[in-house]
Amino acid sequence: MNREWPLWEVFVRAKNGLSHKHVGSVHAAGARMAVEAARDTYTRRMEGVSLWVVPSAAITASDPGEAEALFAPAQDKVYRHPTFYTIPDKVKNI
Amino acid sequence: MLFHHAVRLGDDALILAQRLSEWCGHAPMLEIDLALANIALDLFGQATLFLGLAGEIEGQGRDADALAFRRDVLDFRNCLLVEQPNGDFAQTIARQFLFSNWQELLMRQIAAAAEPRLSEIGAKAVKEITYHARYASEWVVRLGDGTEESRARMIAGLDWMWRFTDELFDAETGAPSLRAEWDARIAHTLAEANMDMPKPRRGVLGGRAGHHSEHLGHLLTEMQFLPRAYPGAVW
Repeated sequence: MNREWPLWEVFVRAKNGLSHKHVGSVHAAGARMAVEAARDTYTRRMEGVSLWVVPSAAITASDPGEAEALFAPAQDKVYRHPTFYTIPDKVKNI
Repeated sequence: MLFHHAVRLGDDALILAQRLSEWCGHAPMLEIDLALANIALDLFGQATLFLGLAGEIEGQGRDADALAFRRDVLDFRNCLLVEQPNGDFAQTIARQFLFSNWQELLMRQIAAAAEPRLSEIGAKAVKEITYHARYASEWVVRLGDGTEESRARMIAGLDWMWRFTDELFDAETGAPSLRAEWDARIAHTLAEANMDMPKPRRGVLGGRAGHHSEHLGHLLTEMQFLPRAYPGAVW
């Protein structure tokens, strides 16, 4: 029997309007315990207003061996970057 | 009167915080280590405010540090529950469960009361304690309704701590009006954990009058060592 608690990935929303960002992981026996562990580990200095926890086992990662095929083709396609207009100063968080 | 009240509230928080700090580096999981340390820090914060207020009311130039580190065991007014040894994790959770549920109800009452300096501290503390009570209650359910061993330990832990709960509702120094609501909360969580209420025991009292168990002296020895060995030390 595996006596280790499963791992959960933790996402924190720093303030309303921003998206949740991955900050790390915690061990917990269940979702509620994971939220509490995440709260105690990652938000004790007012880092967030909302938490998500996701079982690490639920995440499917891309295969590093396929990195070339997946990501390299984007390298020479500068026209996909919106660099041809300026973002107004007052627009934050883009 | 107000001085003694503030000292009782401050001492409860201070002594329990020191007890919880003993888990630092020893808890069963890193996550629990952090959680207990966080709760301890909340309580140290409350102790600082209540003892600071007590010193102000007394007007003899004693601040929170003086009250925390330069009083002897007979002058402490914390309830006996908070000075009880940590025991195993279940015993620590039992103590926290009984205390935090009481402290939450008490702070709600204080936050709504007329004395502005106390109610201000109470209002701040309520938010912290609500989480402590929730955290401890969930662990009671998890352990009580868990494996055969966790259940046996949870029952033993509660059984040990139960005799110190009458003091919380003492007519003179406690909060007798909170008893019914506290009982209901405890019963609700224990039902969820599939546990019976602990058998009634003859209550042990005395902490509010300075009659402490042998445990408190040892705790203070450790807590007060540095400021007594190096008076006025700062960093």
